[in-house]
Amino acid sequence: MAGAGGGSNDVQWCFSQVKGAIDDDVAEADIISTVEFNHSGELLATGDKGGRVVIFQQEIENKPQCRSEYNVYSTFQSHEPEFDYLKSLEIEEKINKIRWLPQKNAAQFLLSTNDKTIKLWKISERDKRPEGYNLKEEDGRYIDPNTVTALRVPVFRPMDLMVEASPRRVFANAHTYHINSISINSDHETYLSADDLRINLWHQEITDRSFNIVDIKPANMEELTEVITAAEFHPHQCNTFVYSSSKGTIRLCDMRASALCDTHSKLFEEPEDPSNRSFFSEIISSISDVKFSHNGRYMMTRDYLSVKIWDLNMESRPVETYQVHEYLRNKLCSLYENDCIFDKFECCWNGNDSVVMTGSYNNFFRMFDRGQRRDVTLEASREGSKPQQVLKPRKVCADGKRKKDEISVDSLDFNKKILHTAWHPQDNVIAVATTNNLYIFQDKVN
Amino acid sequence: MINTMECAVDAQSLISISLRKIHNSRTQRGGIKLHKNLLVSYVLRNARQVYMNEKYAEIYRMQQYEEVMTVCNEIQELNPLDLAEDCEEQSGDCCGNDGVSEPASLCCALLPVSHLTAVQSAHIQAPSACSAPLSLQSDDVCKETEPSFYRSCCAEAYPVSNWDFSTVNNNLHCNKTTVLDLDTHVVTTVENGYLHQDCCASFQQCCQGAQSPAKKRKVDFEYYISDIEEVPDFTPCKRAKFEDCSYANSEHLDTSNISNLISIFGSGFSGLVSRQADFEQALNGQFCSKQALASLGAWTRAIVAF
Repeated sequence: MAGAGGGSNDVQWCFSQVKGAIDDDVAEADIISTVEFNHSGELLATGDKGGRVVIFQQEIENKPQCRSEYNVYSTFQSHEPEFDYLKSLEIEEKINKIRWLPQKNAAQFLLSTNDKTIKLWKISERDKRPEGYNLKEEDGRYIDPNTVTALRVPVFRPMDLMVEASPRRVFANAHTYHINSISINSDHETYLSADDLRINLWHQEITDRSFNIVDIKPANMEELTEVITAAEFHPHQCNTFVYSSSKGTIRLCDMRASALCDTHSKLFEEPEDPSNRSFFSEIISSISDVKFSHNGRYMMTRDYLSVKIWDLNMESRPVETYQVHEYLRNKLCSLYENDCIFDKFECCWNGNDSVVMTGSYNNFFRMFDRGQRRDVTLEASREGSKPQQVLKPRKVCADGKRKKDEISVDSLDFNKKILHTAWHPQDNVIAVATTNNLYIFQDKVN
Repeated sequence: MINTMECAVDAQSLISISLRKIHNSRTQRGGIKLHKNLLVSYVLRNARQVYMNEKYAEIYRMQQYEEVMTVCNEIQELNPLDLAEDCEEQSGDCCGNDGVSEPASLCCALLPVSHLTAVQSAHIQAPSACSAPLSLQSDDVCKETEPSFYRSCCAEAYPVSNWDFSTVNNNLHCNKTTVLDLDTHVVTTVENGYLHQDCCASFQQCCQGAQSPAKKRKVDFEYYISDIEEVPDFTPCKRAKFEDCSYANSEHLDTSNISNLISIFGSGFSGLVSRQADFEQALNGQFCSKQALASLGAWTRAIVAF
């Protein structure tokens, strides 16, 4: 499988680290709900259902035989549960998305959002403190000015590193429905937030207003047929964004065309295969994630059973389709009963857009090499958690003839699902979130 | 562990499961999830289509048999010697052939007008549930017919042939839709007929007296929803007993007569998921799944309350 740096050498993925509790009893608040590398890959942020954000930092090590490790850098409570008294609704504190802002100075900024409110957080380091005040003791007590006989200039002295996270902006009261996406524009000034029916455009500095750029709410809610499931800005064109729908369509909009982008510039839709028609066709065709490639030429969509790569210049059908777990097609009834069919899997690109990755059940995750047309299934498990241990490819047996080391479909644990994955922007380092653990895998370093 | 007998799940089971999901979504933390409920409503609609088509096919076959026997009896009264020959011929014309295109047989002539188009597609395939490919329904089946199936206002589900989802001006039924706009916080009631407590009396009158013909309904039986504009319009109806497949275009804002999903669910949702229809419960406001199936437009559009 091609690495992030190009070339066609097969990458062997090794276990690096696992973060999180070992207990089988999973506290709901510890369930990881989003994972995101920053633009340099040095920082890795996770959000959970309890509204907390945990940031890991890659330690720069001089050891050539192993890569750097990620250690906890900062932890803070981003969102708290709220209650909408007007509608008698509780607003979950679960972090739906985290997006890093491009770094402009020493501090790091990220946007985190729950169902209703987006917050801009500043994460800054403090490794020195001023000492030698004239009117204040070191412990903060004030000195009687009458006792001061000489003046001195306070100086900064080193201290233990302290990472502070402070909310700089709160963008609230702009979404009636549940926010599912945020995306930062390449202009480094604006960003969008999308809920089920609307997309709003914000300026990073202005919190008391936003512009609605997409509104698919029908005049009569009885006529509602689809909702917005994901949205993202183009990585280079600040006027272009896409949003996906529950009907399996992707709309590309150009903000230069009109203020309200209800009319799309391009509509990406693949005709449904009538032979696969079932009760659950609408569900499995709903797109759960959309991601632009780094080069901006392609976009990737994830529906329940497959990953599709679209060329922005061709709307009629995807250029590539990868089946993630086609063996589940005959199990849709049961998956509907246990609600697994509603799971929203995410997908991600590697640094040079040659490989895509997405999650599955039984703590499996899948990688598809676009160039070599090969795919691999790996498992995030503590059983294979020895440092530098190479991950063994897994295989699911769809029919009854199970071979050795294969897993039958009926043996899959549907409570163990990998919904969130992230790929380092430059290196072959991936972060895979199971229910409440974060696994970090790296390519084998020889 | 996944049940390997996927195809054994029938449409009615799916309907029960879907209704339970919609009901449970009301108590989920974080509020009702619009996306999930929309998807559930699609499953509900698909299952209902299959169920009603199967039901219709079964009832149609039964009625064909009954009418053939009726004709045979009448013939026997007229001329006992012609009994065997005519019955066989008419049975063959009406029920034995596939895709009969000429409804000229005697039994067809005795049928109400509403049956004529149904005869033309006598072989309604009842697709299995789950992932098996579903056959597209004939458009002929869905042609508008007069509501001549209705038996009584408070009895069983109605074996209505056409299951339409578009708005139709039909003042036979009491249909109320309450829409809570989360943006403006305005509660709007769309009243298409009579109130709940008036339905029985008024409906009986409708049944007994001249019935206003229902408008020709838009057809949307195909499983392809190619035209978004023709997607079924699911109108919740407080009276699940009644056939509520037709929906009025006219709207009456009557905030004093609000029937919303919350009150509907609160009045006995558990009956919806029960296969054992309790007629007494139905009279008390609880709904049996079969009755709910007769008016599933209500339940398939849970989102109107969002």
